[in-house]
Amino acid sequence: MTAKSKTKPKTEVAVDTLTFEQAFEELESLVQQLEAGQLALEEALTLFERGQALAARCGALLDTAELKVKQLAGGKLSDFEAEE
Amino acid sequence: MPRVTLPLFGRNELGEDAWSVSDLNRYVRQHLESDYRLHDVRVRGEISGFKAYPSGHWYFSLKDSGAQINCVMWRNRVTYQRYTPRDGDAVEVQGRVTLYETRGQYQLDAAGIQPQGEGALFAEFTRLKAQLEAEGLFDPARKRPLPAQPRRIALVTSSAGAALRDMLTILRRRLPLAEVILAPTPVQGPEAPPQIVEALRAVTALQPDVVIVGRGGGSLEDLWAFNDERVVRAIARLPIPVVSGVGHETDFTLADFAADVRAPTPSAAAELVSAVSIDDLRAGVDAASERSAAAMGATLDELRVRVERAHSQLRALSPVIQLTLARQRMTELKGRATLAIQHQLELTHERHNRLAQALHAVSPLAVLGRGYAIVRTAQGAVVQHVAEARAGESLTVRVSDGEFGVEVVSGK
Repeated sequence: MTAKSKTKPKTEVAVDTLTFEQAFEELESLVQQLEAGQLALEEALTLFERGQALAARCGALLDTAELKVKQLAGGKLSDFEAEE
Repeated sequence: MPRVTLPLFGRNELGEDAWSVSDLNRYVRQHLESDYRLHDVRVRGEISGFKAYPSGHWYFSLKDSGAQINCVMWRNRVTYQRYTPRDGDAVEVQGRVTLYETRGQYQLDAAGIQPQGEGALFAEFTRLKAQLEAEGLFDPARKRPLPAQPRRIALVTSSAGAALRDMLTILRRRLPLAEVILAPTPVQGPEAPPQIVEALRAVTALQPDVVIVGRGGGSLEDLWAFNDERVVRAIARLPIPVVSGVGHETDFTLADFAADVRAPTPSAAAELVSAVSIDDLRAGVDAASERSAAAMGATLDELRVRVERAHSQLRALSPVIQLTLARQRMTELKGRATLAIQHQLELTHERHNRLAQALHAVSPLAVLGRGYAIVRTAQGAVVQHVAEARAGESLTVRVSDGEFGVEVVSGK
């Protein structure tokens, strides 16, 4: 991610720090920009590469997702151990 | 059924017109059934000798410390019976009093059986429902939509029940990205309502996206905490969308009416909040990825077309073309010039010939050919008169094929 996109002045956050929602939202916005066309080649390539990285990030998050269950007791949260 | 013709009293003492047993039983039965107060009675007692026959009918006795009555519930009624009594259960049976003629036993034809106390509960349920409805607590306009992709889900239920286990199983499978916060609370018994209210309050502070409040199936009495006015009001005023999942599909509690969405069971509630499952998310990511690849491809194609167009424009402007054109023009001009010169030469040649002939015609040489000569002085002047020739002068004589010198012998 060397080339800086001109249409997106906001600084890019490293993909592997994004939550699923953040990554997916950015991915959708990139796709829309790409689909709108009118981009310089370098800009389009930058967006595309970023998009691929975001998609990979989303997939990895989905693959490794595990429901977090916490228990609220006395105003405090603690991990919940299911009693089988 | 034919009406029994009643013998007159007193006649049977004479042995005449004595009643048959059937007549008597039928008479007593008709008598019982003509009493409107016995058409629909509620009787409180304890179940005894309960037996469900393969035919679908139920037989049992209802008793208290001093008496008992045989009861029957026919199959068509059993179908609608939510609760199946067991021996020893304290119940209320509603039905009509009749007599089973074959055995001469009077009995209760049961239309419904409820655990004791449920009648009063139901009356309270109806009253409270009407009141809260009038206050607008159940107004459809108050219902909020559920978040499409909740990130944090609060469960207000018992930490020990099957309901929690079922909900967690579904959420693990469908929404593993989410975080679940369990606010454990007893869900039945007199201490349940205030604790449910407290659990709702406590979990709201953690700002979940949606709250599921629920418990598994049970009797009307078991579910009663969810008809408690405090619980119902707490649900109605919660600032976060609430899904209720209480009991089974056929159970309706006031909590269900107050919630934004009523799910028929706790499992269904978990399904509702995970309407967009991980599979849907995965499909969404794949689709976005494909769209970006397609858009990138389209962008490249478009650029390629533009480059191609520019290239052909460039080629059209190339100096090579100009040179070729110039060269072609030059060759053409050269050809034309050659032709023109040749033509000119021919013309000149012809003219020259013509002049030469004309010249020849007037040439003195031709005269010389006929024997004349031209005489010139040494200075080259043509001697035309005798006076011009002096004796002893050298002159040059030109004849047709050359010259020779002469000397004037005599002059004038």
